[in-house]
Amino acid sequence: MSTRLATGGRLLNRGKQVTFRFNGKYLKGYEGDTLASALLANDQMLMGRSFKYHRPRGVVASGAEEPNALVGLGAGARFEPNQRVTTTELFDGLQAESQNHWPSLEYDIGAVNTYLSRFLPAGFYYKMFLFPRAFWKHVYEPFIRMSAGLGKAPTKADADRYEHFNATVDVLVIGGGVAGLQAALAAGRSGARVLLMEQTAHWGGRAPVDGGTVDGQPVDAWIATAVSELETMGNVTLRLRCMGAGVYDHGYVLGYERLRDHAPEVDGPRHRLWKIRTRQIVTATGAIERPLSFAGNDIPGVMLASALRDYAVNWGISVGDRVVIATNNDDAYRTAITLKELGLAVPVILDARASGGGALADQARALGIRVENGKAIAKVKGGKRVTGVAICAQAGEGGVLDEVACDAVAMSGGWSPVVHLWSHCGGKLIWDADQAMFRPDPEKAPTGADGQPMVIAAGAANGAMDLALALADGDLAGRAAAQAAGHMPVTGKAPVAEQQIEAPIAPVWMMPQGATYGLRSKAWLDFQNDVKVSDVQLAAQEGFTSVEHAKRYTTLGMATDQGKLSNINGLATLAKSLNTDIPSVGTTTFRPPYTPISMGAIAGEARGDIFQPLRRTPLHDWHAAQGAYWEPVGHWRRPYCYPRSGESHFDAVSREVKQTRASLGLLDASTLGKLVVKGPDAGRFLDMLYTNMMSTLPVGKCRYGLMCSENGFLMDDGVVARMSEDTWLCHTTTGGADRIHAHMEEWLQTEWWDWKVYVANVTEAWAQFAVVGPNARKVLEKLGGMDVSKDTLPFMQWAEGTLGEVPARVFRISFSGELSYEIAVPASHGRAFWDRLMQEGAEFGVMPYGTEALHVMRAEKGFIMIGDETDGTIIPQDLGLGWAISKKKEDYLGKRGQERSHMVNPNRWQLVGLETLDGSTLPDGAYALAEGTNANGQRNTQGRVTSTYHSPTLERGIAMGIVLNGPARMGEVIAFGKTDGTEVKAKIVDQVFYDKDGVKQNV
Amino acid sequence: MSEPVSALNGASFEGLVTLQDRGPTGMITLRGDLAAPVMAKALDKALGLTVPDTRRVQPAKGVSKGQAAWMSPDELLLILPYGQVSSVCANLSATLEGTHHLVADVSDARALITVSGQDAHVREVLAKLAPVDLHPAQFGPGDFRRTRLAQVAGAFWMPEAGQINVICFRSVAQYVFDLLGAAADPAASVDYFG
Repeated sequence: MSTRLATGGRLLNRGKQVTFRFNGKYLKGYEGDTLASALLANDQMLMGRSFKYHRPRGVVASGAEEPNALVGLGAGARFEPNQRVTTTELFDGLQAESQNHWPSLEYDIGAVNTYLSRFLPAGFYYKMFLFPRAFWKHVYEPFIRMSAGLGKAPTKADADRYEHFNATVDVLVIGGGVAGLQAALAAGRSGARVLLMEQTAHWGGRAPVDGGTVDGQPVDAWIATAVSELETMGNVTLRLRCMGAGVYDHGYVLGYERLRDHAPEVDGPRHRLWKIRTRQIVTATGAIERPLSFAGNDIPGVMLASALRDYAVNWGISVGDRVVIATNNDDAYRTAITLKELGLAVPVILDARASGGGALADQARALGIRVENGKAIAKVKGGKRVTGVAICAQAGEGGVLDEVACDAVAMSGGWSPVVHLWSHCGGKLIWDADQAMFRPDPEKAPTGADGQPMVIAAGAANGAMDLALALADGDLAGRAAAQAAGHMPVTGKAPVAEQQIEAPIAPVWMMPQGATYGLRSKAWLDFQNDVKVSDVQLAAQEGFTSVEHAKRYTTLGMATDQGKLSNINGLATLAKSLNTDIPSVGTTTFRPPYTPISMGAIAGEARGDIFQPLRRTPLHDWHAAQGAYWEPVGHWRRPYCYPRSGESHFDAVSREVKQTRASLGLLDASTLGKLVVKGPDAGRFLDMLYTNMMSTLPVGKCRYGLMCSENGFLMDDGVVARMSEDTWLCHTTTGGADRIHAHMEEWLQTEWWDWKVYVANVTEAWAQFAVVGPNARKVLEKLGGMDVSKDTLPFMQWAEGTLGEVPARVFRISFSGELSYEIAVPASHGRAFWDRLMQEGAEFGVMPYGTEALHVMRAEKGFIMIGDETDGTIIPQDLGLGWAISKKKEDYLGKRGQERSHMVNPNRWQLVGLETLDGSTLPDGAYALAEGTNANGQRNTQGRVTSTYHSPTLERGIAMGIVLNGPARMGEVIAFGKTDGTEVKAKIVDQVFYDKDGVKQNV
Repeated sequence: MSEPVSALNGASFEGLVTLQDRGPTGMITLRGDLAAPVMAKALDKALGLTVPDTRRVQPAKGVSKGQAAWMSPDELLLILPYGQVSSVCANLSATLEGTHHLVADVSDARALITVSGQDAHVREVLAKLAPVDLHPAQFGPGDFRRTRLAQVAGAFWMPEAGQINVICFRSVAQYVFDLLGAAADPAASVDYFG
């Protein structure tokens, strides 16, 4: 059983006990524990079930690479699935639930899959669920969804807050082990701005566990000295619990800081995402030990040799009284020696190397440990925990020579440098055959904006596996990075550590090397996704020779751990199956983030009120106080209507329309885009942008204009007013202001850069109100200050002056068909001016109206709306807007597009009005039905509805739509399909339903 | 005539730093050839200003309260008392008459919020929202940046240590004020700038 030792545990505060819950059980640990060490201290070896076969699983590693021991952490609004117990710091009140089992962790019915494993081979889904076709939806998918998947999705909104932070530095050092610390020291001493981040809560990496001396003092003393020197440097920032998540182009790096995961009771943001811009990056990210592929290597109690050592030294944990060690290198002997010195039994060390180990092996033997060279594990015995191992010759097929009872197995297949961050942005790897590892190729580093290397790997991450080599490498990296960032490194000696000579590693990708099929199908490569040696071999047999294809076919390395343990073993197995060497198989692509980061950190501050910018007009609060029903338009909120107490939206819209047509209505049109275009070439510029002529517009007049994309499609419309000889004011749609401004700037900056035109977006400088209805003029006359009579200010003209003591521009334009003025006043006076209008309009029964009344009134007049009548595929000619296209102009944006054969095809659907025979309102978007069906068996169509409303004025449904040869078919009745399968008949009519001659607006 | 009302109407907030809406403030967009002698003349005549260096804000000489901020190679933002805007616009237009330029009163299109407090905290609050290097060696008094504040366009400058003035569009003034408030949560101090 696993238990806490009476003494030891360098990270523990044994003075402070901590209580937590696992699957409802109350357990105790100490401050300084991880959830993994605390569970082991309580003999909780079984921590989860595997993804596919639901095999019992325990913790296998001690850090970020852990594939098995994932739990659901927290509860309610603080629940998070798939959290690694190895990187979860213990705190009082922690709650964890194991995952992927039913009904319980101990008795999981899904474990039956393990007996079906013969029927669940690699590529199983692809092979089995093809036929019969209907079974996918009704049988296979529901079954898979029920049985597959690890954690459960949270059901409540996240209660925590998150934030981003931008930092710019010269040198970013990722990893706070000895190499990273030395790199930061070397760079910091040069005066460079340095940021050093470490993903765990402790400095020094695994050096304090592995031991050694630096400059004559124990390595942990050196670490403490290094950290305190760094803390005194004003140019160096140190961050614990901050992971380098991803390296991107041009020295952009994301850091993931976990601020409150270990202390959720403390106020403040939970995670902070660092957005770092750096000149140079040092990746001192260490290395990860590889498992060995032998049968039963996934049984709880089989762990990485280094992890066993970590648990013993860091947290005072004995995973079992008797630990068998299996290795192909010298490093695992350190675990044997550590355990033995703690008084635990190591019955045997199985060294797969025929020639055995070096000095460390001698030391182990001297401690009385039995060492067997050239031996291997045939298989591990046990179910929910290890009970023993069967021993065989590594060279054979697994014939059992001996059996040894034990509680745990420590395995070491060698070390893989953590090359993820090196590789994210294009750093290449080389295969180091001597050390049996991929390590960064210094000749092929990721390059920055200047084409020069921007990442330097250091320490174990660079293949410098020994303490002495790692320190020297870190020093070199720190100096080189500082220099590349423009700082002169100071001269000085790097710290010197004693180098330990180790016997060479022997690559072992299968244990024993000739393992039978039976053993291979129990030898796990990817623990989290349940991929075995036999699966990869099958994939190779079936022709998946590319590592990327084999990965996807077998799901090797595709789980939440992204194959940190399985990657190299998997591709070595693939290489062997293909009878080729490892470098020619290569690795799969390393992609950010290094380990999963929270969605909250990515979102940052963007939630609640500041999820998105909400744009407000100067009248926003007034609208809200009236109980406006809002409609989002771009990032604006506009009142859709102003329902009165007990009134439906439909009734409110009808009332607003009727009152406006009968007397007086007001609209907040402040959101309309307003772009000032000025300069000697402004007229010429606008002639290119609009389909009609703007250069000929006289000062003081207004003209409606259409803007098309280069392909001829209608993209925006609005009224243009000529302000002066060289200045025009262009109104855009509400959603179009920023887009059209950018469109103008793009043409001015890239194509017509020599034209003298300046554009300014003054949209928000003005509050703009439409004063609409037969009494519109009277209310303006009451305000006084400007002559707004028919003769002085006729239709489609504008004037500037002072209205009701407020500076104002008055535009005589109408989108409703009524007598109408649009009045622009400075935004800071908008609310006061509106209040005056409401006050003076009271005697006319003035009513504010919303966007829906605006839409209804424009539809009654047959005016098009960008986004209703247009959808990016409509040209003005489709909408009967040929009158707004200048025939005189040599060119305008969209002209050639509109001349393409498809655009001049007479069979393009054309705009008409539609009147249902029964007076009902057509469904929006409904298709006009034609005879017969198409090749897919779908009903043929001959048009569609683009705008449809109930007209309170005409007391019937009215609609606009585009119909095949529509304008030539006036009076014809066609049918429209409804979603319930019925049809509704409508007559093709002129789209102007109300006041066709424009008498009302022109008074 | 009614009194002008700013979007935030004098709002303030206390946290890691202090936020204060500055109320109606005069702002003029001036576009033209910044190197032309007539531009220098116009600025001097209108407000006693000179053309600021790249990414800098230039306070006026003498009694004028105006400032000129560098927005782009052909654009300045003039910041001045609200009541002076129309006369300064007229003055600029008169001097620049005949040259290609644009003068636009954008006072009412903007909001101006002062962020003040401990210098390190002021920098930190902005660094949570803007991709700008706010290290004192890179951004100090007189520096101006036209940038982004979370999801919207914005600009800011440092008139003196411990203060940054933030400009945004009027319609998103509340959003920016709320952003700054969230970033100024006393429990969210980063302790990065010393």
